[in-house]
Amino acid sequence: MTSPLIEAKNLKKYFKTPRGMLHAVDDVSFTIDKGKTLGVVGESGCGKSTTGRALLRLLEPNGGQILFEGRDLATLNKKEMREMRKELQIIFQDPFASLNPRRTISETIMEPMIIHKMYGSNKERMKKVLEIMEIVGLAERLVNAYPHELDGGRRQRIGIARALALEPKFIVCDEPVSALDVSIQAQILNLLQDLQDKMGLTYMFITHDLSVVNHFSDDIAVMYLGKIIEKASADDIFLDPLHPYTEALLSAIPVPDIHYKSERILIEGEITSPIEPPAACRFANRCPKAFDRCFKEEPKFLEIKPQHWVACFLYDEEKES
Amino acid sequence: MDKPILEIKNLVVEYRTEDGVVQALNGLDLTISPGETHGLVGETGAGKTTTGLGILKLIPDPPGVVVDGEIYLDGKNVQESNEKEMEGMRGYDVSMIFQDPMTSLNPVMTVEKQIAEVYELHENIKEAEALKKSHEILELVGIPAARGSEYPHQFSGGMKQRVVIAIALAGNPKLLIADEPTTALDVTIQAQVLDMMKHLKEEYNTAMLMITHDLGIVAEICDKVSVIYAGRIVEQGNLVDIFDNTRHPYTEGLFNSLPNLADRTQKLKPIKGLMPDPSDLPTGCPFHPRCDYAMDICSKEKPPRVFRTEEHYTECHLYNEANIKEGGVIKRD
Repeated sequence: MTSPLIEAKNLKKYFKTPRGMLHAVDDVSFTIDKGKTLGVVGESGCGKSTTGRALLRLLEPNGGQILFEGRDLATLNKKEMREMRKELQIIFQDPFASLNPRRTISETIMEPMIIHKMYGSNKERMKKVLEIMEIVGLAERLVNAYPHELDGGRRQRIGIARALALEPKFIVCDEPVSALDVSIQAQILNLLQDLQDKMGLTYMFITHDLSVVNHFSDDIAVMYLGKIIEKASADDIFLDPLHPYTEALLSAIPVPDIHYKSERILIEGEITSPIEPPAACRFANRCPKAFDRCFKEEPKFLEIKPQHWVACFLYDEEKES
Repeated sequence: MDKPILEIKNLVVEYRTEDGVVQALNGLDLTISPGETHGLVGETGAGKTTTGLGILKLIPDPPGVVVDGEIYLDGKNVQESNEKEMEGMRGYDVSMIFQDPMTSLNPVMTVEKQIAEVYELHENIKEAEALKKSHEILELVGIPAARGSEYPHQFSGGMKQRVVIAIALAGNPKLLIADEPTTALDVTIQAQVLDMMKHLKEEYNTAMLMITHDLGIVAEICDKVSVIYAGRIVEQGNLVDIFDNTRHPYTEGLFNSLPNLADRTQKLKPIKGLMPDPSDLPTGCPFHPRCDYAMDICSKEKPPRVFRTEEHYTECHLYNEANIKEGGVIKRD
């Protein structure tokens, strides 16, 4: 029996702009079971990265609960939250921008251990650094190297090593392979998967790449303009997508197989502004299946099939009749 | 057979810097016929963009030096053309679309004027007429003509890339070089832009060199494919050759690195190691340190070019005239 490690309830993150409130994350709820991966997909501006950051309180949420092993992170004070950060780590997209250029690899990996006063002495910590470097596949000779001496794949390994330094339980992976070439991307994905198997890590895996998310996740949440519009197991999302946006998104993937034929659903236009969104389905203006009701009310997020949630009036109607 | 639009023979390009000589292209051969869409596939640093810039004679010099080779664009020798002649060819014979639509447009000029410039320059017509033509081409790439008077920052990423494509097409080029044209775009927008490019290519019969790292895009839009590694084409053929009769271990590695949509539990098989340093390429076959099939000879001698059919070849010591026609050595699952 699996139990939820982390749970978001009605999580909200709004930003003030001159034109009104920007609803980056708007009433988002999900749970991630221990040792599992929740993939979060969506296009730029849909709020997937903000969700990850609000979950770790790297951005202060405007509302909602974040339950980690039953404790509400949103109510912790600064000191309690800092203590909690040992368990919650993040790997960033850009291995070029997320490392301090003036620190050596060992300094970067050791810093969190020093902050949290772990492993007694610096000698002990260095031992741990070398151990972690080996786990993520960084050669020991690189211990005093600086980030600029390394390629993107190795830098991303440093980012992973830093996240592992405190032996966390939960890691938000925010587009960890998007900046890498395919052959290197596969190396890093395999590494993250091995680490999960070995250490029982729980991941939230944020990406815009649908084939990667399918490969990597147990469950998938599809986001559109600050909302989760569909959530189910990876198989259900890919084999039986319910929301018209999910369908369009999946049909848009270019498949590297010349025998693969699919009906592409082209959706018109682009993602609209998340500033003061109207109380209606946010996808309605691009949706090929939209009808009157979609422009007047906001669809509820309902469990249409076991463990398969969707926010769309196409299914709401069915349920009522 | 049609006269090729583009013919590159044994192109060798180096970037000579203080830190050493970067061997960007090491004898690249590429031919594109009218109407053909040719995919150039490879990873960062393989020489894809240098190839595109070479065709336009826009390799930054210094540090870039064309050491050897010839480029013929619609029969004209690019290397021997002077700057004035090149100006006549750029936009007319060949146009290039760059990866990042955000930085390829002038931020302080309206979109319609940026397109009209091409007509004014190349067709020598008055501004009013050029603007009218720019409205027509905007509609063609799916942007309402009324939006032509707006500035780039008022457009989204996908719209900007459409404008860039409109500018590239305004001179009605015989060859369009598209350097990762959809990489900066979201997947649904990418689908829109690819769909539009496919449509334009059918309508105008424009030949295209599609530079990409995405084999999915290749499968969708290309007729022929060249796989480039360390500045040399290691395998070339049509879609069926490359996708169904893969021969080179690097091509195989690229396929195996991609997550399989049909079977998500399948473990990825990455290519081991990293791209070689182009200022210090391995001897023999440059792929040998990463190759699972490498033999003694691979580190010593450059591999020969072996043909499976007239248009499908690979450069790899695994093959000879006979075994390349049979199943080959590579087994893909």
